[in-house]
Amino acid sequence: MMQTILTVDDSRTMRDMLKMALAEAGFNVVQAVDGVHGLEVLQTSMPDVIVTDINMPKMDGFGLIEAVRKDSRYRRVPILVLTTESDAAKKARAKEAGATGWIVKPFEPTKLIAAIRRVAA
Amino acid sequence: MQEVGSSANSANREFVAFRVGAQEFCIDIMGVREIRGWTPATPLPHAPAYVRGVINLRGAVLPIVDLAMRFGIGLTEPTARSVIIVVQVYQQVVGLLVDAVSDILTTSEASMQPTPDVASDLAKTFVKGVYAVEGRMISIVTLESVLPISAKAAA
Amino acid sequence: MTVDTMAAIRQTFFQECEEQLSEMELGLLSMDEGNTDSETVNAVFRAVHSIKGGAGAFKLTALVQFAHTFETALDYVRSGKLHPSADVMKAMLRAADVLADLVAASRDGKEIDESSYAGVAADVKALTTVEGEEEVEEVIEFQPTVIDFGLPDMAPEPTAAPVHEYRVGFTPRPELYLNGNETVLIVRELSRLGNAEVSCDASAVPGLDTIDPNGAYLSWNIKLSSEAPIEAVREVFEFVDGEAEISIEADGQSEVSDAAIAALLAQALGNASAGEPETAVTETNSEDHPQSAPAPTEVIASETAAVSPQATEAKAVAVQTQTTIRVEFDRVDRLINLVGELVINQAMLSQRVIEANFAGSSSVIIGLEELEQLTREIQESVMAIRAQPVKPLFQRMSRIVRELADTTGKQVRLKTDGEATEVDKTVVERLAEPLTHMIRNAVDHGIESPEERIAAGKSPEGNVRLSAAHRSGRIVIEISDDGAGINRPKVRASAIKKGLISPDAQLSDSDIDNLLFLPGFSTAATISNISGRGVGMDVVKRSILALGGRISISSRPGQGSTFSMSLPLTLAVLDGMAVSVAGQTLVVPLTAIVETLKPKKGEIHGIGADSRVMAIRNTFVPLIDVGTQMGFRDTPADPERSVAILVETGGGARNALLVDSIQDQRQVVIKSLEANYGTVAGIAAATILGDGRVALILDVDALVSGSLEEQIGGDVHYGTGG
Repeated sequence: MMQTILTVDDSRTMRDMLKMALAEAGFNVVQAVDGVHGLEVLQTSMPDVIVTDINMPKMDGFGLIEAVRKDSRYRRVPILVLTTESDAAKKARAKEAGATGWIVKPFEPTKLIAAIRRVAA
Repeated sequence: MQEVGSSANSANREFVAFRVGAQEFCIDIMGVREIRGWTPATPLPHAPAYVRGVINLRGAVLPIVDLAMRFGIGLTEPTARSVIIVVQVYQQVVGLLVDAVSDILTTSEASMQPTPDVASDLAKTFVKGVYAVEGRMISIVTLESVLPISAKAAA
Repeated sequence: MTVDTMAAIRQTFFQECEEQLSEMELGLLSMDEGNTDSETVNAVFRAVHSIKGGAGAFKLTALVQFAHTFETALDYVRSGKLHPSADVMKAMLRAADVLADLVAASRDGKEIDESSYAGVAADVKALTTVEGEEEVEEVIEFQPTVIDFGLPDMAPEPTAAPVHEYRVGFTPRPELYLNGNETVLIVRELSRLGNAEVSCDASAVPGLDTIDPNGAYLSWNIKLSSEAPIEAVREVFEFVDGEAEISIEADGQSEVSDAAIAALLAQALGNASAGEPETAVTETNSEDHPQSAPAPTEVIASETAAVSPQATEAKAVAVQTQTTIRVEFDRVDRLINLVGELVINQAMLSQRVIEANFAGSSSVIIGLEELEQLTREIQESVMAIRAQPVKPLFQRMSRIVRELADTTGKQVRLKTDGEATEVDKTVVERLAEPLTHMIRNAVDHGIESPEERIAAGKSPEGNVRLSAAHRSGRIVIEISDDGAGINRPKVRASAIKKGLISPDAQLSDSDIDNLLFLPGFSTAATISNISGRGVGMDVVKRSILALGGRISISSRPGQGSTFSMSLPLTLAVLDGMAVSVAGQTLVVPLTAIVETLKPKKGEIHGIGADSRVMAIRNTFVPLIDVGTQMGFRDTPADPERSVAILVETGGGARNALLVDSIQDQRQVVIKSLEANYGTVAGIAAATILGDGRVALILDVDALVSGSLEEQIGGDVHYGTGG
């Protein structure tokens, strides 16, 4: 079965890149432009993995992760954070919020897919 | 439809023949966009006398050239049979007011005869050759030469 | 991924850059005004951060480098380590300009000489360099990532790598599961590396009565034979480093560091949430912020604080989320043309119905009225697609002001208002040049030097205000400065010297101000050459007129000047007055009309052979007989049986146009005469009337300016204004 990935990023460029790379690897892709929109999308689709940016308007990646983890339906959905910072504090903060793992931007598509495969059931 | 010259010639072209006064002319059908009835035109100030004005062609403003006037034959009195041949030359679309469309000719470049050497300005300026069809003489009009002179040139 | 899709994404990236640059600039200007709330600073940071992110993907190294420097400074402001003082903001605004240049250069595939912005880069870098600290040459953490979308996974070179024997111990803690990780996936991943023997230790599982459903009780031992290096094995556990006890033993060599790092990270995690910076800092410093001290944790603290209120706002904000699509302008223009035809067709249909005397059938009339209403709504909606806010235009102006202030040594602050005001895209585009010129004028000629301002009792910093607003179906743009105002004696003297006016001309203040718009009047000699550039105010005025706009000027000595422009919202339609002249319908643009008058006996006076003037409230204005002007008739109309339309040209000159009668006022769709014919002296464009016929739109300025005479060869006579 085709796995669905929800990507949340306020940058159109990044969204396009994620979509291209993921679609090419055979994933179904749904997209959101910020945390709030991400939560909205989650009302209607059940992704296998969420890939989210951290720095976003309205609700950032940390906020999204915390909100997702509080929802019993999505408690166990793997969440990967996209970050330009390989900053350990950012990762730690994401982990604390409930992130499963991370992808450092700019990412190679193969790395992205590998990271997703590592967390997707 | 009339066949002129050698029908075996592969370079056959079609021409729209029309009447201006007592004379017959034709233009290459490739340059013709459509043929429509006469509608009164809105006169343009300071335009040459052969520019009858402009009409509305599905939202575009189309200048009308009175070919009789252009050829120096005299002003056309539009009748029910008068038509406007809408032609396109490069990007410019213009309507030609003629007395009537008479024929569609299929002919070849090869059967075109040089313009008889007459003193007429009309022949020199606007006609690039003639066809002989059943005893009629049909002059081939160079479209570029009948276009209204733009304001730039007029100034 | 194909080259095409990459090219498409690249295009998206640069489009997005434009938006982000604009967002950034707006935020910076707002910060400069003193709004340094976290929302504003964050928005700026995010914009620069996004540009950096995308640029990294496209390996735009210079852009990434500079964005990184800039972003670091913004991060300092965001975390409160750097106070956004006036000097700091000045440096940041300059950095914004450089960033915009770098984006443009990257887009166009050009190189910008690094030395040209090295100064700005150094200034920005200095903002984040603590005094006394050795400046460390910044190394950006971006690995030179190659995006090889098109290629399949690059398999490592098939060298005969030695086979390692690994012993991996893995004991997950509850958080591992809470964060969405799964032991089975990790074990599966591990077994992909080679031959794995997996055993599970369930000895820690408690009895059912004490079991915690969210607990983690299993330990895993994996024996792995693999050619993969130890890094690859470690990478499998990358995400669960702090969430499990991990030990890796390679070929009998124990791997201690993992456990140690795990412990350290666990500690860091605990500390980050407890808000004790020290330990976390050691961890981060070693990695990416060589020169920065405790920044990261402070960032975290502020972000933590920000999260909850945002989350509660979520619902409210969600409603406003607007989605957009990008459409090529060609398609929009085609749609606009079609709607224009629809409007004409609808009008023609209405007229035919009236002519056919269908009036008895009320249902037809009602249907027609509904159609008319719908058509108008469609037209308005379609026109709105082309509408764009003037914001990007205004932002360009603020850059110009900054640069000019630097080159002239003046202190200038640009305040903008009504940036969200929308107007047709073409109007926005064609306003850029005249607006630039006027802004330059305001800074160059208007604002005084700081010394002069102080001497005049003003603050050393001058103000230029740029505003936009919708007013009765038009957009009004004003540029005002609080500078010295127009130096009228100087302007007058200059105009006399250039022979534009006679030395004894009686001119009001406003007449003198309007001299600035005269062709041939240039103030270049009076001040510097900055505004000059070969363009005078006459060109500005002509551009505005060409857009169907008007421009006026007002000035008070010592207090400044205001230029005010009024422009149509769209170039596709025009408000006009339909008039009859010699059986023809002509349209006079409403913007030119002051009033309409019925000439009375004794108000018309002949001057010279065949010029006439009309007396209007004690002043005489030239009377222009439109019928003879247009060549529609040979003899002038009888004024007493005609209507006079008092018009005013862009320059303020008044003339009366004599027409037979007035039909009505209406909005007309503008049609080009030039496409198939050419320009016609005295005619601005054409339109199509309800009966399907073409009507001409008068070019009032050309009609009254006298240029008509030159254009058509001098066989036309009419009174010239004076």
